[in-house]
Amino acid sequence: MALQSLDIKARSATTTPSPQIRKAVEVAKLIDTSICIGCKACQVACMQWNDLRDEIGSNHGVLDNPMDLSAASWTVMRFAEHENEEGNLEWLIRKDGCMHCTDPGCLKACPSPGAIVQYTNGIVDFHEENCIGCGYCITGCPFNIPRISAKDHKAYKCTLCSDRVAVGQAPACAKACPTGAITFGAKEDMLDSAQVRVDGLKERGFQNAGLYDPQGVGGTHVMYVLRHADRPELYHGLPQDPHISPMVSLWKGVAKPLATAAMGAVAVGSLFHYVMKGPNEVSKETEREVEKEGEQ
Amino acid sequence: MTQHWEDIKNADLILIMGGNAAEAHPCGFKWVIEAKAQRKAKLVVVDPRFTRSASVADYYAPIRTGSDIAFLGGVINYLLTHDKIQHEYVKAYTDFSFLVKDEFQFADGIFSGYNPEKRSYDKSSWDYQLGADGFVKTDPTLQNPRCVYQLLKAHYARYTPEMVETVCGTPKDKFLKVCEMIAGCSTPDRTMTVMYALGWTQHSVGAQMIRTGAMVQLLLGNIGVAGGGVNALRGHSNIQGLTDLGLLSNTLPGYLTLPGDKEQDYAAYLAARTQKPLRPNQMSYWQNYPKFHVSLMKAWYGDAATKENNFCYDWLPKIDKLHDVLQVFEDMGQGKVNGYVCQGFNPLASFPNKAKIGGALAKLKYLVVIDPLATETSEFWQNFGPHNDVDPAAIQTTVFRLPSTCFAEEDGSIANSGRWLQWHWKGAEPPGEALGDGEIMAGLFLRLRAMYAKDGGAFPDPILKLTWKHRIPANPSSEELAKEYSGCALSDLADPKDPTKTLVKAGEQLAGFAQLRDDGSTASGCWIFSGAWTQAGNQMARRDNADPYGLGIAPGWAWAWPANRRILYNRASSDPSGKPWDPERRLVFWNGKSWGGADVPDMRPDAAPAENVGPFIMNPEGVARFFARGGLNEGPFPEHYEPFESPLDANPFHPQNPQAKSNPAARVFKGDMEAFGTPKEFPYAATTYRLTEHFHYWTKHVLTSAIIQPEQFVEIGAELAQEKGIAAGDRVKVRSNRGHIIAVAVVTKRIKALDVAGRKVHTVGIPIHWGFKGVAKNGYLANTLTPFVGDSNTQTPEFKSFLVDVEKVKG
Amino acid sequence: MQVTRRRFFRVCANGVAGSSLALMGFSPGEALAETRHFKLTRSTETRNTCPYCSVGCGILMYSLGDRSKNVRSRIIHIEGDPDHPVNRGTLCPKGAGLLDFVHSPNRLTHPEVREPGGKEWKRIGWDEAFDRITKLMKDDRDANFIAKTDDGLTVNRWLTTGFLAASASSNESGYVTHKVVRALGMTAFDNQARV
Repeated sequence: MALQSLDIKARSATTTPSPQIRKAVEVAKLIDTSICIGCKACQVACMQWNDLRDEIGSNHGVLDNPMDLSAASWTVMRFAEHENEEGNLEWLIRKDGCMHCTDPGCLKACPSPGAIVQYTNGIVDFHEENCIGCGYCITGCPFNIPRISAKDHKAYKCTLCSDRVAVGQAPACAKACPTGAITFGAKEDMLDSAQVRVDGLKERGFQNAGLYDPQGVGGTHVMYVLRHADRPELYHGLPQDPHISPMVSLWKGVAKPLATAAMGAVAVGSLFHYVMKGPNEVSKETEREVEKEGEQ
Repeated sequence: MTQHWEDIKNADLILIMGGNAAEAHPCGFKWVIEAKAQRKAKLVVVDPRFTRSASVADYYAPIRTGSDIAFLGGVINYLLTHDKIQHEYVKAYTDFSFLVKDEFQFADGIFSGYNPEKRSYDKSSWDYQLGADGFVKTDPTLQNPRCVYQLLKAHYARYTPEMVETVCGTPKDKFLKVCEMIAGCSTPDRTMTVMYALGWTQHSVGAQMIRTGAMVQLLLGNIGVAGGGVNALRGHSNIQGLTDLGLLSNTLPGYLTLPGDKEQDYAAYLAARTQKPLRPNQMSYWQNYPKFHVSLMKAWYGDAATKENNFCYDWLPKIDKLHDVLQVFEDMGQGKVNGYVCQGFNPLASFPNKAKIGGALAKLKYLVVIDPLATETSEFWQNFGPHNDVDPAAIQTTVFRLPSTCFAEEDGSIANSGRWLQWHWKGAEPPGEALGDGEIMAGLFLRLRAMYAKDGGAFPDPILKLTWKHRIPANPSSEELAKEYSGCALSDLADPKDPTKTLVKAGEQLAGFAQLRDDGSTASGCWIFSGAWTQAGNQMARRDNADPYGLGIAPGWAWAWPANRRILYNRASSDPSGKPWDPERRLVFWNGKSWGGADVPDMRPDAAPAENVGPFIMNPEGVARFFARGGLNEGPFPEHYEPFESPLDANPFHPQNPQAKSNPAARVFKGDMEAFGTPKEFPYAATTYRLTEHFHYWTKHVLTSAIIQPEQFVEIGAELAQEKGIAAGDRVKVRSNRGHIIAVAVVTKRIKALDVAGRKVHTVGIPIHWGFKGVAKNGYLANTLTPFVGDSNTQTPEFKSFLVDVEKVKG
Repeated sequence: MQVTRRRFFRVCANGVAGSSLALMGFSPGEALAETRHFKLTRSTETRNTCPYCSVGCGILMYSLGDRSKNVRSRIIHIEGDPDHPVNRGTLCPKGAGLLDFVHSPNRLTHPEVREPGGKEWKRIGWDEAFDRITKLMKDDRDANFIAKTDDGLTVNRWLTTGFLAASASSNESGYVTHKVVRALGMTAFDNQARV
């Protein structure tokens, strides 16, 4: 099931419609926070599979580490100590990372053609070779996920291990998770197993247990089971009702041509001829020039 | 573990106490989650800290570190007074009805036979009343005041919920809630399992804590059944295997023991370990001790071991006393030890009172460190600023550091907590010139042997005659060594049932320890591992994960000792008539002709239930013991004693008797008693522990672990932090009477102050894992703080309970 | 041709210029639709057991090449063994990071010695290491071996050199270690089970 262009559902900054013939199985990762022990196996599995090694940081008085997502940390555990109504302590631990929205704000906001794609299986993937490092994906993301690398000025985030999923394997984090807090499968099946888990939690007295699959972004391909689904913000600020910023909608609608023109005006004048040939096409002349540049 | 990891899924209640499985054994802990999901099991966690295990528990109760016997003794009292015990089980399978000698007494915290000068007991009164037939006297009505049941009841009557609250700081309602949940497992169709680790072993009363847990399980009828048991979650990947192989100062492979000085006579040595049954028809399996021992000596010394020379009995060293690590480092500090070899062991980091350990190492003439990694021990002589402030010029020890392979670069087997011997395969060459441990041992041994052959020297015989039949002598293969410990026939073995037939031909691998002989015709280097490599090949390399009975037993996956049995004492999973207690969990049962079922029966296969052969076949009684007899050093019934560094002035159970404050039988070296701190100067209880992100002192060398937990920290409760003006992220100095560490403060609601005996006790949590070598940020060795005293039976150091003071580091 | 990101930046003055150019219709070539290639295809798989705690999780080690003569195997990835009855493919954060243990910069690669009072390590060969260590051992054993106690009991023990064995090493290593240590008469002998 290697993914290729026929499996693309949406592509950033592209007006050509995507092919729509194939009906792929939508996949999803279900994270049951009620059995997550915050062991960080997912963080390590992610680093190992994706060949990432973040900086060795410092302890900041909490167990969280690295302290935030970064270009080399595509997932981190967020720990929150919550005292409930009965005075008992609950340690609410959430694996943070890309939610793979059905309606991805990052993709909508991205101005670089093909830097962000959404596959028909639901994965939203960054193609860094097309990324221009503008950071609009961050503005577009209602979950504050993408990070720009200081090293190469490109945006990075969880790929849902699209390379593994493409060959029929689960994402590295889901495979590693010792307690089965992270599971992976068809979204339909994940919704079923979420229901079983929510029912189980209700039996154990968590009346507000529920699934987090926010419809404001069309649902997500990473979903949470929460003991306190009525208060997602308890989980280290998980948004109650995430939506794509109105700025992005504005940008995509009326504002984009204007903004483009405005930004075009500040473009380096000498490069003007590069854009004369129209979208996605490079003139022979440009090609030669760029190649020449590359050889220097 | 009496069980194996996957069996935890069969439990109805899981008690995690003295351990933190979610954090230290996450992949095994998944079976707790599975039990919750599939059986609607409940998880109870009792711990001084609200741990990662507690975070997914159904119920959490706090406890003061070091007070577990008080808590569990309270549970025993609750079960007995509320009659929540499995009557038929305890009557048939335990010593409930056995009568104890009248001389056995207990008064104000001290058992009969105590010698305060020697800090030890004469245990002769701690035994049964024997009848004229040589068997133990019993009272099946359980009315006799000297029967174990009555003594047990009387002993724990003092452990009331109020006393538990006073001693443990566990609020009474929380304690009673835990009792209620545990009591729910006293019926045959519900089981509890207990998971513990170093949170029980690393106390001056560690072995007794574990025993108390086992007693609770016996009362519930939960030993030997699916989803039950007492499960030691061992710390290292092959700590089980090395214990099984007897790499301890006083043991030999397979839990055989070294002789003491006085045991000059081989026959007497064997007789003392060949226990005759104490009740009719019992198997008393240690009656086979001579077969195991002779086969060991044949494996080690081959043709040199003959009946005439007592199979080289005198070649074994005899022990004057236990030379455990604390004793050895005490001696080393006194200049009595010249050389020391550390193979994959980092004592400077792992042993208590780092200053004492470093000082002792500096007195050595030579130190040899064999390790895949650059350990702190190998650089104890190097100055690392405040983390290791020594003067290299003043240290005259010659230190050798030899690189060894790691798991990925070698073949072999390791034994997990479930006693599975799993074979693994080499995947790549080691870095540089690193060699395997076996090859390094061969390098040392062959040179020593050559020197002794050429020049002679002190008692060369065992060195010259040691079995060394390896195709490449300098590199004994794992296959050859595994065959050697599993065992083979040295001459044709006749079938005992039909002597005209040959059971095993000379040179063939044995099928298991049942084939061992005491006449020198068999060799096996570790009897409990016998059967690991049979004539059919390497059983440890098997990888069939089929689970035919659905109880999580995959008999074709690797090989478990003993005899591929996955659950110990499994005969007890059926009632005395041989019918499973729980028809849903049919582990081992009598089919009318023989024992069988999902597991290899822990019973003579044709022992009909009517013969009343007890399930605890290693005990000469055939039953499990509530009354330990002389098995442990501080008493036949566990009694609560305070840690040697306690925030209390007295043992609340025996406030008037200072002798009974801390373990009266624990060994304390001169000078170490003085090195204990007092609550006046060090007001806070402290405990050391592991984090899930790290493994001991290895993973600070591992980049991914360093990334997810980079820097040393201590955990401090929010209330204490406020009192001391400490904010999360501040640097704090934690001081004990032996030294100090400086670390980042993690301020948390997960450690709460407890009300103990009328005072407030705060606990400071001290993760281990940091040191002055590694890719993680350098830190202090946590054992800079810990006291040099151990459990009186095992001498495992009291890392879990001591006293500290804590203050914010200014600036 | 594909205009790479790097080349694109070289011809552009800065990021703002880059983004504006892209917005106006220029993009660096046709975007790739494919995912990253699955990195383990055709690597060699070896079964092993995690060396950390006592759960004994099954692991699969993936190494470069197919073990042909001219390829030096190097472990490039480690993952849980899905067939293993206990871990079922899962791993904890330590097990999941085993690759970084195998390739730790602090792995020892050759024998070394630090002489008395010295401040540094000196690299030596295995022969020198074995010769020097065994000479020290033999001298100490011959000088301090106790064959009999003062009251005439045969005890055959050697107390002045001790040995700590590794509970992460294999049963086979442990067995051969025990044999050698006891044949020498040592009793100051333990492994991590003691602590």
